[in-house]
Amino acid sequence: MSRFKSDARHPIHVSLNGEPVAGEAEPRTLLSDFLRHRLGATGTHVGCEHGVCGACTVVVDGMLTRSCLTLAAQVDGCEIRTVEGLAPAADRLGVLQQAFRRHHALQCGFCTAGILMSLDHYLARNPAPTEAEIRDLLSGHLCRCTGYTPIIQAALEAAAQLASSKKETSDA
Amino acid sequence: MKPPAFDYLRAETVGEVLDGLAQQGGDARVLAGGQSLMAMLNMRLAKPKLLIDIMRIPELRKIERKTDAVVIGAGVRQADLLAWPDLAEALPLVALALPCVGHMQTRSRGTICGSLAHADPSAEMPLALVALGGEVLLRSARRRRRVAAKDFFAGMMLTARSDDELIEGISLPVINGSRFAFREVARRHGDFAIVACAATKTPSGVRLAVGGVADVPTARDWPRLEGSAVDDALNAFAYELGARDDVHATARYRRDLVRMIGRDLIGEVLR
Repeated sequence: MSRFKSDARHPIHVSLNGEPVAGEAEPRTLLSDFLRHRLGATGTHVGCEHGVCGACTVVVDGMLTRSCLTLAAQVDGCEIRTVEGLAPAADRLGVLQQAFRRHHALQCGFCTAGILMSLDHYLARNPAPTEAEIRDLLSGHLCRCTGYTPIIQAALEAAAQLASSKKETSDA
Repeated sequence: MKPPAFDYLRAETVGEVLDGLAQQGGDARVLAGGQSLMAMLNMRLAKPKLLIDIMRIPELRKIERKTDAVVIGAGVRQADLLAWPDLAEALPLVALALPCVGHMQTRSRGTICGSLAHADPSAEMPLALVALGGEVLLRSARRRRRVAAKDFFAGMMLTARSDDELIEGISLPVINGSRFAFREVARRHGDFAIVACAATKTPSGVRLAVGGVADVPTARDWPRLEGSAVDDALNAFAYELGARDDVHATARYRRDLVRMIGRDLIGEVLR
């Protein structure tokens, strides 16, 4: 049992996109604020701060997670993946990110980090999704710019591209 | 907004949770998946002095198949239950209702028992518990008790749980040879239901449970109904639920949905 006092900061250790990192957090510190303010990972955006808009979605121990509905204290020792971990290198975009760019699947970009995390997580487990499944997944996100259609097109194209690149690798 | 200040206790045994609840009583809240409680904290609708995190207690993370019931522990996430291979066979009604609970991004963390503790009148899991006639397993440092679904929900977001009690799990009966149907109407998939209905074929007739209309999910049993008796029974039930107008729908629309969905579902299970 560990009890953290409300008025003190406590050390929190996590793996962030594969790198071990640590920071201090009060018991009430949200994971979203911990990522942005303590760890400097500002790719994760904070929208509604009550779990509705999906902008702050990250992956914790393989689970899609609203970081605004999660305390930093809850994820001590966990593996966290954020949008910063999606690109293969600093000057390159991943397959999904490239598809978003081609299809104009973002305009202001505020919701994009969360949507990318949901799609990246989903496509890794469901390599051949239907449009209905993508729409169902996106029901957990709000985007006020795009009307969603280009996001769905980008997701389906990225899924097809990922599936064919996997096939080529396994055939080789 | 940000949550108010509280102490955080990461429990490793049920005993630690019960001690914490016994000491702090109404000032303590149990934190499981956090998909309802954290929103309440962020909006400062809840201001506990102590949060007790129960998600690192292995014994609460179990789904147990007994002869005539399934016991679901307090730490079982909605996604865990959806992925349970026996779900469709043992709990077909839950298999129908659970995909409508929130979104994939909230089911991944939210727990079954957390949804029951929150007791939102339009939530699907409280409706399923009432429709199936399940039980809530409550435990404090002093005693253990089982509360029937119909006695558990005491009002809008109110339950029979005492301040020092942990919802340790729920027990849902496995009902063989019956038929189940579920349908809800919401603005978008995953939103809270305007009206949600669950129907079950019972040995003597049919049961319809309705969420989103009264302050608590409400079930009604009828003997086998024929012809216009179905419409009369549903109309009376729709009025008895005491629907109110709100920003989402009028009372009249809710009564319409109870009559229409109710008739369809009763038809499906008695077919």
